[in-house]
Amino acid sequence: MHELGLARGIVDLANASASEALASRVTIVNVQVGRLAGVEAGALLFCFDIAAEGTRVEGARLVIEDVSVAVWCIPCDALRELPGIQRFRCPVCDTPSGDIRRGKELEVTSIEVES
Amino acid sequence: MTSTRIVEVRAGILKKNDELARVLRQRFEEAGVYAINLVSSPGTGKTALLETTMRELIAGGARVAALVGDLETDNDAQRLTRSGADVKQINTHGRCHLEAEMLNEFLDAWDLSQLDYLFIENVGNLVCPSSYDLGEATRVVLLSVTEGEDKPLKYPTIFNSADVALITKMDLAIPCDFDAAAAHAAIQSVRPGMRVIELSSKTGVGMTEWLDALAEGRRRTPAARPAA
Repeated sequence: MHELGLARGIVDLANASASEALASRVTIVNVQVGRLAGVEAGALLFCFDIAAEGTRVEGARLVIEDVSVAVWCIPCDALRELPGIQRFRCPVCDTPSGDIRRGKELEVTSIEVES
Repeated sequence: MTSTRIVEVRAGILKKNDELARVLRQRFEEAGVYAINLVSSPGTGKTALLETTMRELIAGGARVAALVGDLETDNDAQRLTRSGADVKQINTHGRCHLEAEMLNEFLDAWDLSQLDYLFIENVGNLVCPSSYDLGEATRVVLLSVTEGEDKPLKYPTIFNSADVALITKMDLAIPCDFDAAAAHAAIQSVRPGMRVIELSSKTGVGMTEWLDALAEGRRRTPAARPAA
């Protein structure tokens, strides 16, 4: 359970960006979480409210964009989206691929603020 | 009247750890020390493996040290000191993983350029350590035969983040009805092409292959650069 630490990281980033943008309050925090980021969305949402207390982010809504994993398939010469994270094989031709091109994201993309 | 607007942020949530890990990696490379991060669930045999490994490396003339993460005790560090290696304990006080920041103060106590191998034994946990880069050159994940062959499918993220997998406690494979083929298939499913070594710290089975893999990693580490 490391989501509280991550939630604090999110709040710090959002708080700093809001401060820089001279905004008094953050209403929405948009984050991208890749399926290989090792994050449990429910736990992150729960921790976010606690981490936001007493900051400009207090009361904001955390919007989590779930990013699926995509690998590069050499025989297909194409980017292939995987349905899960347990089977790193091209869903079209079944060739194994560990060439991960997407799915490890863990970032704050934007915030909505009130000024 | 209040107005709302969107502010672009585009910043990694683990940016601070990633940056510190980058600094650590550079520090390890400049010192010419090969850093290995060991991750697994509790009870997989990380400490037993390290004890045997470090004893063998030291017998071969290598200079070895270990940083050991643990929630509360220093039992593991005490055990590992018996191998003759220089060992330091990091107590995380309830935190479920090591972070790059926790390593710094301990590393400052050593002259890294006088080391060949630095082992970092992470807190026993198959979830959280996967997200935290410690600047290691190689991440090794352990799976013991007592755990079940499908563990990699249950915890794909950490297996996917590792470079080498060790199947430990092979001396118990038969009593546990361990299906090695199923375990290998599960590992290859979540991390195609990953090197897998079966071993037992108790009987020594597979230890030569593991020590060879370490020596290979050590050879790939650049030699220490003289201080400017």
